[in-house]
Amino acid sequence: MTCGVVLFHTNSAALRAEKVLQRAGLVVKLIPTPREFSSDCGIALRFEWQDAARVQQLLDAARVERASIEPMGG
Amino acid sequence: MIYLDNAATSFPKPPQVIRAMNDFLERAGGNPGRSGHRLSVEAGRIVYDAREAIAELFGARDPLRVIFTLNATHALNLALRGILRAGDRVITTGIEHNAVMRPLRALEREGVRVAVVPCARDGSLDLSALRDALRPGARLVVVNHASNVVGTILPIAEIARRARAAGAWVLVDAAQTAGVVPMDIEAMEIDLLAFTGHKGLYGPPGTGGLVLGERVDAAMIEPLMRGGTGSRSEFEEQPDDLPDKFECGTPNGVGIAGLGAGVRFVLERGIETIRAHEVALTRALIEGLSEIPGVTVYGTRDAELQTATVSFTVANRRVSEIGLRLDEEFGVLCRVGLHCAPAAHRTIGTFPEGTVRFAASVFTTLDEIRAALDAVRRIVQV
Repeated sequence: MTCGVVLFHTNSAALRAEKVLQRAGLVVKLIPTPREFSSDCGIALRFEWQDAARVQQLLDAARVERASIEPMGG
Repeated sequence: MIYLDNAATSFPKPPQVIRAMNDFLERAGGNPGRSGHRLSVEAGRIVYDAREAIAELFGARDPLRVIFTLNATHALNLALRGILRAGDRVITTGIEHNAVMRPLRALEREGVRVAVVPCARDGSLDLSALRDALRPGARLVVVNHASNVVGTILPIAEIARRARAAGAWVLVDAAQTAGVVPMDIEAMEIDLLAFTGHKGLYGPPGTGGLVLGERVDAAMIEPLMRGGTGSRSEFEEQPDDLPDKFECGTPNGVGIAGLGAGVRFVLERGIETIRAHEVALTRALIEGLSEIPGVTVYGTRDAELQTATVSFTVANRRVSEIGLRLDEEFGVLCRVGLHCAPAAHRTIGTFPEGTVRFAASVFTTLDEIRAALDAVRRIVQV
């Protein structure tokens, strides 16, 4: 399954995002930020790419600041 | 033993606080916010959950505007040093703790103008005197929510409204009221709230924080320290993101785990319930002490207008002697002297001797208050 990652500026924002998305029933996991992306924050949030629109919408609604949302290569 | 020194630090702590700290060290020992492995992430979650509980307690919408510090003093220094520049005017009151007065006196030597609005002998603040002090304008108003000496609660919402109208930010020292008096930083228009974790929030020492209200632009506050945050590691400049701008170095994860559990205990018990219990104890304390010949009780002497902190003296007796006898002969533990607040003791007229201070908590019982009153009665007789 194709995954995506949400990248953050701070660890606290990543932890906040995890909570917001888990409460909405999404399957997510905090992982060390893949080095091909920004090194802003040590952890990133992996999710199933099919949920990308939902992830964006939920994070916007909860006003969770993020750097970007990226698809992860195979 | 009867512990009546809860204004210094609360004791005992709820068992869930001890369990949370034990659990953190046993199970989640990673460095929060530094690495991506499960122990680091788990430690990070515990710290984040505490942030969320604190935001809920104080009515803050964004948990990332909760900045963890070592204690209330650290939070106050961060705010005062971070905001005030030479030439700025700051207003405070005559009932403050040295956690406010010492940083202000140091800033005064660096060109900050400090105005102290006097308080009445019972610790209450005359709002018209504050209005006069605000007339020339001010950058900041810093006030304690309740006195650590006499427990008098200041009308924060009214103070904040006047300060805002004059274009000043409001910094509240909630060391004595967090977890004890209901508080909503947005409804009360508080811009910055400094709290400690180890008193009314029932966490361990070494915890506290600064909550930034929605109106505060964090860009206007300089950090007290700079260092590693686990974020934006490619840059040698401190990041601007919250809370990282003001939190650097490894945090007190084990302490924050305990603090989070303490705050959840307060939320579950309910601040209104805690307050009602403490008002009943305070009323018994004030009434009982007032009936003992030779005893003078300070403050408003109205339990509804103060926290569960009651100061008194006994005619022709040193407070140190009373404190020692209470401990040695009756097992009543309290704090005597100036309580790090010479300004407050000048205001209530007890400088430099100080007072005997009894301070109850949610765990104090009416029977313990009665026993402490008996002890004072017997000491006064002999």
